[in-house]
Amino acid sequence: MNLFASESEVLAPLVSGWFLEHAWLIPVVPAIAFALIILIGKRLPMKGSELGVLSMLSSLVLAAGAGYQWIQRTNSATEEQFVEPVIKSWSWWRSGGFDFGIGQHIDGLSVLVLIVVAFISTLVQIYSLEYLRGDRRYTHFFAALTLFSGGMLAMVLADNMMLFLLGWEIMGLCSFMLIGHWWEDDANSRAALKAFFTVRTGDAGLLVGITILYFSANNWTQEHLGVSGFSIRGISAWALSGAPNSTVITIAAVALFIACIGKSGQFPLHTWLPDAMAGPTPVSSLLHSSTMVVAGVYLVARLYPVFFVGLNILGGGGNLIMIIGAITIVISAALAFVQNDIKRVLAYSTVSQLGYMMLGLGAGAWMPAVFHIFTHAFFKACLFLGAGSISHSASHHSFDMKRDMGGLRKVMPITFITWIISTLALCGVFPFSGFFSKDEIIDNVGHNGYTNFMIIGLIGAFMTAAYMTRATYLTFFGEPRGASAGHSAHDSHEAHATHDVHDSLATHDAHDSGEAHGPHESGLLITVPLMILSVLALGSGFLNATPFGESWERMKLWVEPRHSEFAPELHHAPFMWSKASLSLVIVFAGIAISWLISSRLFTKRDPRLVGLTQRVKLLGLGHKFLVNKYYLDAFYEKVIVRSIAYPIASAAYWFNQNVLDGILHGFANATRKLSVWVYKNIDQRVVDATVNNSAAFTKSVGTAAQPTQSGKVSQYGALLFSAAAVAALVLVIINT
Amino acid sequence: MIVAALRVVTTNNVVHAALWLVVVLAGAAAQYILLAAEFVAVTQVLVYIGAVMVLFLFGTMLTRARIGAESDLNNSYKKLGIPVALVMLAAMGLALISSFGVEKLPQTATVVSSQEISDQIFGPYLLPFWALSFVLLAAVVGAIVLARKD
Amino acid sequence: MFVNQFLFLAAVLFCIGVYGVVARKNAVLMLMSIELILNSVNINLLTFALRNGSTDGHVFALYIIAVAAAEVGVGLGLVLLVYRNKKTISVDDLSEMRG
Repeated sequence: MNLFASESEVLAPLVSGWFLEHAWLIPVVPAIAFALIILIGKRLPMKGSELGVLSMLSSLVLAAGAGYQWIQRTNSATEEQFVEPVIKSWSWWRSGGFDFGIGQHIDGLSVLVLIVVAFISTLVQIYSLEYLRGDRRYTHFFAALTLFSGGMLAMVLADNMMLFLLGWEIMGLCSFMLIGHWWEDDANSRAALKAFFTVRTGDAGLLVGITILYFSANNWTQEHLGVSGFSIRGISAWALSGAPNSTVITIAAVALFIACIGKSGQFPLHTWLPDAMAGPTPVSSLLHSSTMVVAGVYLVARLYPVFFVGLNILGGGGNLIMIIGAITIVISAALAFVQNDIKRVLAYSTVSQLGYMMLGLGAGAWMPAVFHIFTHAFFKACLFLGAGSISHSASHHSFDMKRDMGGLRKVMPITFITWIISTLALCGVFPFSGFFSKDEIIDNVGHNGYTNFMIIGLIGAFMTAAYMTRATYLTFFGEPRGASAGHSAHDSHEAHATHDVHDSLATHDAHDSGEAHGPHESGLLITVPLMILSVLALGSGFLNATPFGESWERMKLWVEPRHSEFAPELHHAPFMWSKASLSLVIVFAGIAISWLISSRLFTKRDPRLVGLTQRVKLLGLGHKFLVNKYYLDAFYEKVIVRSIAYPIASAAYWFNQNVLDGILHGFANATRKLSVWVYKNIDQRVVDATVNNSAAFTKSVGTAAQPTQSGKVSQYGALLFSAAAVAALVLVIINT
Repeated sequence: MIVAALRVVTTNNVVHAALWLVVVLAGAAAQYILLAAEFVAVTQVLVYIGAVMVLFLFGTMLTRARIGAESDLNNSYKKLGIPVALVMLAAMGLALISSFGVEKLPQTATVVSSQEISDQIFGPYLLPFWALSFVLLAAVVGAIVLARKD
Repeated sequence: MFVNQFLFLAAVLFCIGVYGVVARKNAVLMLMSIELILNSVNINLLTFALRNGSTDGHVFALYIIAVAAAEVGVGLGLVLLVYRNKKTISVDDLSEMRG
């Protein structure tokens, strides 16, 4: 600390400002709003939703102010100077020598994510005003949404791991509440439970990781920085100081990464994310695409020094993060091909994009990965809201692309255009934002020496382009089908009950009853957020547009921490059009091939393609494998859950039946058998006495054993205490 | 004190037992004072002798135990209880003698002021204190729910 | 003053309490015996607090007193409920097992 203070005196003093110093207000506002909505929301004219929107707006303003002042702060620093984060902490509570703090840790990364979260949350809340109008738990929905944002914001600006954990768990809880928002439908509540338990599985890793870090780092951080071992800044410095034992930090990094796998839906815990689409579409958009699931990625980016040292990033060869990321990219992209539900396609695409972020972080491409969080949030939120818009206004609350969509580009022009922009951004087409982030990740992965992983990234890009084209084609081109063709009126309600698991009948009835409607464009409250997001999906990439040279790399200047004792040194790949054009060619190839196949398969019904999976066995097997999601769900439920729960239950049953009963009846049975044997084999007359004796013996053993199970409390107490007394005596005698 | 404690567990009259318990608790409070724990002793008198005893007497009254001698207060495990208690006493006695012998308590110890205790409670032991508050709250609510006639 | 003087007192009190819990049939008397046990624990805590010169023992003794008060409250509530349903507070008669 002293060393650092003297250093920064020489360098330029850093500018700070009100917004930076008071950034802790950002999560406090939604938290207060949450309490207000719960308490008085139902009595307000708009049922509490206005409080939610207002609080998100003010958080956005605060976050934007902090962002502006952070930019000033970085500008006031010299080129090589480490921009000191604005850290404040207070002691929250203390217990038995542990000091749990509460505070803020504002640096480029947290400001960036704060702005994204506040911004997307605001738009989603506005969108929900229309989308959930008339829902029976409207107030609770907004309360949960607001609390969720508060939790995420608190997690993002946490200065220590305890606060981080708090925010993380609040998000998990809200996510559970929101996925199960329409819990009357069995599928929804099951999806909510699945999400909750899967994420909880990973959370165990977070707890373990935090504990390991605390106990191994606390002494060092107290000594050198005067902060506790929970402090993010302390942990970062400790990890890079060379002090930690390499095994300990590796275990800690792996434990933390398990939490990221759970939260960010990485392989093999990705199965909850597509199911989480059972929640209302705004929830899918906010939680499961642009904010909550990046929490795992954020954790890796936040404690990057720990992962950097612990998993030997840049050390050559692949590491755990990269391998998991790469596997996730490919398998989830493959799954996206066989989905008919538009939200599930997007969900798998999210999983796949999160895989890219992980791959980037694992390969030392910190900046592109973080930038991908930023751009991905915009275009993925836009895609989800677009999907919601379609189902809300055109396809009668169905998300089934094959049955209820098609040909919508004419009736929903705004949704169509925003969708196309976001799709191109997702595919990484120049000059849309995805290009600048995703291509940078792939490029940097290659630059850091991981050629194999770069190829996987390119394959992923090809697949992304292909499945998005398929989804776009099915939704917007070709002939209108099902509900989108206006068949909704005679499309009987029981048919809906079967495929309409995603939007409950609650909105359905409130919103649709008596309305004779075909497909139409959605209202302004839905289209305006879509338009804003699509503009950002188009434009946000230019904030870090590497192709145009150093002066365009604003984001790098603002966000990436300079190399110092708190941040590892990272390299950047120089941009080359040759590489970029290669990936662009691949993307266009993906689009073109997929377009050709889609149009032949779905519109022209080309006989060579239709039913291909039925005809060619190998393809059929592959298709079945994908449709069943690699049998992972079945594996988890049938093998893991059953292998743990079933033996326990059966063992307990066996114990009950055989051991407990056996103790009491065993004597009786054994002697009875004996007596039968004796009766049969030896002459009755001679051994009459013996038989009688053994019967009496049976009875006496039975009565001797029976009183121990009297059901009398005093007796149990007496036995307990006597056992304890004897044990204590034995211990004392042994020890003296 | 020990005699009083023995009477608590042997007397045939519930009310007498309660009164003997008062003697035991008062004796314990005296021991606390000898141990330089004024505040705990005062709390003992207030809470135990003041409140808990009243509760016991009310409990006795409400369950309509006879005020007077009863013959069937003990169950058949009395025979088991005596050796158990003696064995335990032997175990503890052995352990105490072997580990502490004739060690003496510090004579210079000053009385622990209630300020020190409060500093402890509201400092490092704040969280247990909160937990305790909730336990008490739960106990109050629980007692009301259990005893309510409905 | 010897350390053992207090610790022995606590031990004796504890054993008497155990005997009471085991031998008494009346639920109210069982609760009283439990109070004896708790008090013996308190004496122990305070003895060691004095011996080690720390105030932690005092804090815990106070907590134990508070918990004991709560326990008596709930315990007597339970006893009342049992009395109302069974017209007895003899714990031996509460057994519903057929054995």
